[in-house]
Amino acid sequence: MPLLEDGRIVDDPWVTVADDAPLPEAPTILPLARLQREAAALAGRNGPLGVALPPDVAPEAIAPLLGRLALVELTLPSFRDGRAFTQARALREHHGYTGEIRVGGHVIPDQYLALLRCGASTVVVPEGADPAVWDAARRVIGIAYQHSAAPGHPLSLLRRKLEVA
Amino acid sequence: MNVIASRPAPQYPPHARTYRYDEIDREFLAERIAEFSDQVARRLRGELTEDEFKPLRLMNGLYLQLHAYMLRIAIPYGLLNATQLRQLALIARRWDRGFGHFTTRQNIQFNWTKLEDVPDILRALAEVDMHAIQTSGNCIRNVTTDEYAGATPDEVVDPRVYAEILRQWSTLHPEFTWLPRKFKIAITGSPNDRVAAQVHDIGVLAKRNVAGAMGFEVHAGGGLGRTPLIGRKLRDWVPEDEFLGYMEAVLRVYNALGQRDNIYKARIKILVRDLGDAFVEMVEREYATMPRDPYRLDPAIVAAIAAHFAPPPFAALNDIAPPEDPEFAAWASRSVRPHRQPGYASVTISLKPVGGIPGDASADQMEVVAALAERHSFGEIRVSHVQNLVLPHVRQDELFAVWQGLRAAGLATPNIGLISDIIACPGMDYCALATARSIPVAQRISERFADLDRQLDLGECFVNISGCINACGHHHVGHIGILGVDKRGEEVYQVTLGGSATNDAAVGELVGPAFSYDDIVDAIETIIRTHVAHRALGERFIDTYRRIGLTPFKEALYAAA
Repeated sequence: MPLLEDGRIVDDPWVTVADDAPLPEAPTILPLARLQREAAALAGRNGPLGVALPPDVAPEAIAPLLGRLALVELTLPSFRDGRAFTQARALREHHGYTGEIRVGGHVIPDQYLALLRCGASTVVVPEGADPAVWDAARRVIGIAYQHSAAPGHPLSLLRRKLEVA
Repeated sequence: MNVIASRPAPQYPPHARTYRYDEIDREFLAERIAEFSDQVARRLRGELTEDEFKPLRLMNGLYLQLHAYMLRIAIPYGLLNATQLRQLALIARRWDRGFGHFTTRQNIQFNWTKLEDVPDILRALAEVDMHAIQTSGNCIRNVTTDEYAGATPDEVVDPRVYAEILRQWSTLHPEFTWLPRKFKIAITGSPNDRVAAQVHDIGVLAKRNVAGAMGFEVHAGGGLGRTPLIGRKLRDWVPEDEFLGYMEAVLRVYNALGQRDNIYKARIKILVRDLGDAFVEMVEREYATMPRDPYRLDPAIVAAIAAHFAPPPFAALNDIAPPEDPEFAAWASRSVRPHRQPGYASVTISLKPVGGIPGDASADQMEVVAALAERHSFGEIRVSHVQNLVLPHVRQDELFAVWQGLRAAGLATPNIGLISDIIACPGMDYCALATARSIPVAQRISERFADLDRQLDLGECFVNISGCINACGHHHVGHIGILGVDKRGEEVYQVTLGGSATNDAAVGELVGPAFSYDDIVDAIETIIRTHVAHRALGERFIDTYRRIGLTPFKEALYAAA
């Protein structure tokens, strides 16, 4: 499915690998269980590694492995299920994670800006999605009333002007 | 897109202490309306499914009810100025049927709006710095506070300052917009709780320590609905500058762990109940490990927001004796409340006339109240959580004139705190969730107890009515609570006794089998007669109940059966 970054469709070099499939050379997203099981063996691998973190697992569970991970994929099982927002913030804030945070599942454009503000980098969008709609959605509101992981410069009181990449 | 942002600021009554928007706030609001207009357009083009559109419209206050769209407008912590109230009257006339309905969450609802009119209504609201943001949806809702804030003698801290800070912080919060369920915060700055803090998702008591420093006692996990629970105290003291950081920590634990597979178990109260002390520990751990600096509430920001709520220019007066007019005196005994400033008083305006719909006000009445506020209350009005209005700052020597003005508009019913000052949800007359009617039950009870002398003799008694188990009418915490439910196609009414929403918060006890629609008023009559038969001199219903318990009421109600 198409991958969206900074409001544009971009190439996706990552490959998602099932629990028992052989590991390719390409950058690879692993299921959490496999990552945990094979952590020692994977330490010697050169290629970039990522993990699919289920919505009910706190990022703390992968804290010791984050140094090895270039990507963490989060999921919204339904667009109403906002746990990924907290997971993304925890990854950035608690764990200082600087790699890619990708969000998949059922995401709607109206959530794009908030996901970016919580620290997400990329979103997996449905086939045929119009990137212009997504790009507009991240720009529609330029003022925020609270701190977030996204860049912005402070205005008076609690307010800040958001900066769009 | 920024047409609204460039318009001139509204002309407000010069001394009204509501938070005053500046260009930044107006630009934000214009962007939000543009976003919603685009969402409506995308829905119409089929780019959003109805399932996807629904929470988006709800977060802009728009419900689809039984007969029409209902628009719920935010009145932040119940504070209005006269200009804003006049605009609500205009909206009532132009886009509704000439009236509005004030709610227990200090908001106003218009029950007869059309979807295609909503963008225009939102623009009319924006003209007076109002909106409908987050009045519904699984997000942080309008923050509520004491309707006598800034006026009441027992206030330790002005809660409006922190309610406004919470309002801003929670507005389109990126992390907490897709919570497991709705989230309601109430804050009080008085040791006498008038906001029902213990039955909110978060209840905050703002206070000062012995050194004079500001801080907050934080409760969480209270709520009504089908599982009524009293909140648990999380912290006795959160320092002022850590207030928002601590709020973030509570919400974060809830967002991560609150149940999402069962709508009836999704509120924070279930999580707090199930985890108990472990919930408190998780919040503390979250708070201990999150970076503090970005969330620090700068005292300079608090001071800048507090400036919006500086006292109005009170005249130097002394308290005076009221005029000797028996009718005025009867009204004043219920509606006039002491003020912190000598020579002033707060006036509570009853929206509960005999036979009326609790919380309803006509456009004409809103304009009368706006005019009285301008002339006698520095242009300020409050909405109370029991669905009445308040003129917070009235000179004592002008109370008579205020009473005359209210009486001429049918707004001087002297029943504040009495048995006919009923809280009622819209019930099956409007609401798509309701299983029984609430409004006609409230009307019939107020008619049965219309005799004012009898009401005054009975004294304080809170009757709360909900038309379904969701408990919007707060029946659990009424001294007398009435819950309408559907039993095999018939509306029946369960009665609970002994509830309270104040410092001694308690959930009422079920008295026994439910009563039919026809019998419910007689049942209330029997309960009141039982109270009168057992009461000590001047004893309130709730105190009699606590002393004698449920049994005498049960016996009186079911003896014939």
